[in-house]
Amino acid sequence: MSLLQSTQLRPDPSANATRRALIRAWPELQNPAAWLVALILVIMPLIANGFFLIEIFATTLILGIIALSLMFLAGYGGMVSLMQLTIAGFAGYMVAVFGMSGNANISLGWPWWLATPMALALATLFGTLGGALAVRTEGIYTIMITLAIGAAFYYFTNQNWAIFNGHTGINTVATPHFWGVDWRADIAFYYVTLGVAAICYFAVQYVSRAPFGLALQGVRDNSRRMAALGFNPNAHRIAAYAFAAFIAALGGVLQVWNYRQISPGSVSVGACIDVLIIAIVGGITRPIGPFIGALIFVLLRTFALDVLIKFGLDGNRFRLLIGLGFLAIVFWSSDGVIGLWERWRRRTTSATQHPGGGRHG
Amino acid sequence: MARFIERHPAWALIVIIAVAVFAWLVFAIWPPGLEAAIGRKRVFLNAVLNGITLGGLYFLVASGFTLIFGLMRNVNLAHGSLYLFGGYIGYAVSTWTGSWILSFIVAFIAVALVGVILQLAVFRRMEGQDLRQTMVTIGLSIVFADLMLWVFGGDFYQVQTPSWLIGPVQLPLLTAIKSSGEPVYLQYPLVRLVIFAASVVIGIAMWLALNRTRIGMIVRAGVDDRDILAATGVRIQLMFVLVFALGAGLAGIAGVVGGTFQSLSPGEDTRFLLASLVVVIVGGMGSIPGAALGAVIIGLAEQLGSVYIPTYAIVVTFLIMVVVLALRPQGLLARR
Repeated sequence: MSLLQSTQLRPDPSANATRRALIRAWPELQNPAAWLVALILVIMPLIANGFFLIEIFATTLILGIIALSLMFLAGYGGMVSLMQLTIAGFAGYMVAVFGMSGNANISLGWPWWLATPMALALATLFGTLGGALAVRTEGIYTIMITLAIGAAFYYFTNQNWAIFNGHTGINTVATPHFWGVDWRADIAFYYVTLGVAAICYFAVQYVSRAPFGLALQGVRDNSRRMAALGFNPNAHRIAAYAFAAFIAALGGVLQVWNYRQISPGSVSVGACIDVLIIAIVGGITRPIGPFIGALIFVLLRTFALDVLIKFGLDGNRFRLLIGLGFLAIVFWSSDGVIGLWERWRRRTTSATQHPGGGRHG
Repeated sequence: MARFIERHPAWALIVIIAVAVFAWLVFAIWPPGLEAAIGRKRVFLNAVLNGITLGGLYFLVASGFTLIFGLMRNVNLAHGSLYLFGGYIGYAVSTWTGSWILSFIVAFIAVALVGVILQLAVFRRMEGQDLRQTMVTIGLSIVFADLMLWVFGGDFYQVQTPSWLIGPVQLPLLTAIKSSGEPVYLQYPLVRLVIFAASVVIGIAMWLALNRTRIGMIVRAGVDDRDILAATGVRIQLMFVLVFALGAGLAGIAGVVGGTFQSLSPGEDTRFLLASLVVVIVGGMGSIPGAALGAVIIGLAEQLGSVYIPTYAIVVTFLIMVVVLALRPQGLLARR
């Protein structure tokens, strides 16, 4: 910010102006912490072994993508949708149904480059239709209806044997294999998820600053005024659902490639709520929140057992820990971990900073 | 009713025809062609009765849910946990004392107390913050679910039906005529009928209490305009606590009923939370008659669906919700 203000006084050459516009559009470019995180993520395969790479980081990125779609709806659109995991699961099922899997009489055996766009398109359509239904209501009603949609899909997959193969689900789903690379191998898959996560992150960041995103935030804050200005609030909301559905679908495709199988358990109500927890714990005001929340969630899920046993407690109480942590976050910070961090930073800076003191950066 | 017919003659006609066809299906002796097409009448009657009695159970859960929402604008997503907790309490009491009736009383009181604690400790602090309340109740439901899993384990429990309610009863509903000309009547489990009757009584009592008593008047006024009610000197916080206790207690009773009809296990809490969500979305939030109508519709759809189109039974329930949302987003019997 200070850089912006100081350069504003000078008569600026056009090269500087484009640079400034770029920085205004992407403040991350100026943040050293963001560059550091990006660097660490890129060189991660050098640091971490296969277990960490897939079980922790790839899983975090995938859950983060799905939670990011919820963050987009909730943070910029004011619509808390609990069906984002359902959309992801739908995309995963479609990959398994159209692509190749162990269930020869269900899967159609399409190559991955046909099955994946099909799955993405169908899941986006599904999410848009669900969204069109959900925008008829507001606030807590939206939560209830999207939760009901998610539950209906879960019970449906459990009952239906013709398409979804009942509660056994679909196993040994084929993963892409081309250019001589097995894209499900640890390092390759890590970079695929990292790439998709980065694209989704910047897409959400970009849309939130584009006219559409600004109008959406206007609809969130005062839909009546936006309608009076000539915007169509419901159309904006449905479009937001479509965009979020596409992101969730990307996450779902990655998820089914990751586990190579999908079953009703992956779209259960508990899992839908987990996505909400991830987004809320991380913070739903910024796209980075869901990824932070996902990292916390995955770390807890993986290591809570060992830690709890080390403290002499029952290792199976992982969900209790998650629930209590979620409660604590909701009670004390409406903005998740990001909010806590910012509050802490504000407090420390106001404590160290004397009036008029020059803080650089 | 007369006003509805006057306003929507087409819809009234459709509803009347549907009811007439349904009544004919229930009371007439089916011609052989129909039996060949959709199966035996006994199966159909059993599905209808199962649906209606399941509707009674759904009503017990959903009425508490909708009552709490109606007055306090508070979506208590831990309502399913209250249901399951009530069921476990009822199971523990009935196995310990052997008394089925006592298990209802204890479950009501225990769950109502939990409700009071919830209202005092959680909801009073975040009045008017819908979204935050929703999040907190989701968190609470996770914590409760895990605590109950801890205490009761993952087993299935069933509340023992008392001996005087065990066994079938013959209903005056013809299922078929034997070749000898002797009529065959339907046999149906007595306990389900008794519980259904009890839920009807509870429903009517609630309706009377809401519409004919002073307390009910205050509650209804609170639903309409909470601030004016508070300004007239009613102790509205006390009302909130009482209504919350009643709604939670109903969930507790429903838990014992559910434990007798079906079984109790982890996961039932979300199932019943979702059932009550769908019921109140269909019936209309905050409306007790709406909860009753929605419960019967959903119960029937679920049972008839699972008999006639087993693979798509859930889709039927869901389609009903979609159609209702498309035609009347506020629910069938909501007033707005």
